[in-house]
Amino acid sequence: MTNEEKYTNAFCQAFDIDADTAKGLKFQAIDAWDSVGHMGLVAQIEESFDIMLEPDDIVDLNSFEKGKELLAKYNVEFA
Amino acid sequence: MTLDELFQIAPYSLTKTEKDATLKDILNDLTRRHYAACPEYARILDAMKFDVAQNHECGELPFLPVRLFKQFELLSVPRDEITKTLTSSGTSGQAVSKIFLNADNVRSQTKTLNEIISSFIGKQRLPLLLLDTEMIKKDRSMYSARGAGIIGFSIFGRNSTYALDAEMNIDVDKVAAFFEEHQNEPILMFGYTYMIWQFVVRALEERNISFNAQNAVLFHIGGWKKLKDQAVDALEFNRRVQERLGNVKVYNYYGMAEQLGSVFVECEHGHMHCSNYSDVIIRRSKDFSEAEIGEKGLMELLSVLPVSYPGHVLLTEDEGEILGIDDCPCGRKGKYFKIHGRIKSAELRGCSDTYERR
Repeated sequence: MTNEEKYTNAFCQAFDIDADTAKGLKFQAIDAWDSVGHMGLVAQIEESFDIMLEPDDIVDLNSFEKGKELLAKYNVEFA
Repeated sequence: MTLDELFQIAPYSLTKTEKDATLKDILNDLTRRHYAACPEYARILDAMKFDVAQNHECGELPFLPVRLFKQFELLSVPRDEITKTLTSSGTSGQAVSKIFLNADNVRSQTKTLNEIISSFIGKQRLPLLLLDTEMIKKDRSMYSARGAGIIGFSIFGRNSTYALDAEMNIDVDKVAAFFEEHQNEPILMFGYTYMIWQFVVRALEERNISFNAQNAVLFHIGGWKKLKDQAVDALEFNRRVQERLGNVKVYNYYGMAEQLGSVFVECEHGHMHCSNYSDVIIRRSKDFSEAEIGEKGLMELLSVLPVSYPGHVLLTEDEGEILGIDDCPCGRKGKYFKIHGRIKSAELRGCSDTYERR
């Protein structure tokens, strides 16, 4: 699986949505992505890439796109 | 200095002069913002003949009594922008406060809490034991202050584990397994003061069970009212927590549903501290003038965070006193204070009456 696929999959798993909905998604745009769902998403992403996000980055992770940007810091590259 | 600039500096770094200037700018801007956007707020200010065009000292800004949020729905953004409606737990059995939050407000609350808490424990995320029940996050439509506090705190931890079951019984096996798994690393714990006392400390005492954490930090919030009835003070609380859980550094903190994020943490010397994001003014209940250092009075709380509701300057129903400014032996700058607890509701009616006429 590419990183892009893994990343998208983390959103799908966390919120029970399809890949099309995941792409472009923003914090609180769907009911599932509230502050409770947020920690579930963080857990999925961390597990998928075997990393641990810093609290700052957990706060800053407010959209699908922003998350990809943040993951660069953890050496997760997107083509 | 703007809020974004505040996020760039350490949370207890501003000395009185710097902080007064910063808060004055931000709070006057917020006052104008809420005046323009919240009709009820504007009517209150108009009735007081308050001139929003001018910049006022922080102590001159009109304060709203917290109970106004129980009686009215006050918001400063269009309703469709509201992403969370927070309700206070309402322990007193009275009407609950409703606080309307938009995404920006939620975000700055979380960011601020992060700055404050990580200044105590660092930026690394520690294994987290939540001294509460997982049920608290089940009903997500009802965003209670208690649930919000737990979820908000979760970002500081990993492997979040809930110590209590649905009936508020401590799950001894689960807690033992948690301590076992993380015995060689620092541990973080979080909970509400009274829940910890009743369902962890007292429950473990009754069953004569102790754990032996090697290196743990506990943050707790929620107030002492019920514990005072049992004659338990902070020292006693800390001692009994340590007796049951092990080597635990205990930090109490104070905050209101009406101003989540900009919380006040008690330092190693037992003093509650204002961060760069908040301030406390003590008012004499007879005429609402500002009290001196060391003089008891009603606590007014200032926060730079509320943008979607007019909650940046609030008069609480708690009594407290300022102990000093910028000179606590712990090294943190800003005002430090002591809370004496809730005032009686009989006195309270007096102050809201006076408020109308002010």
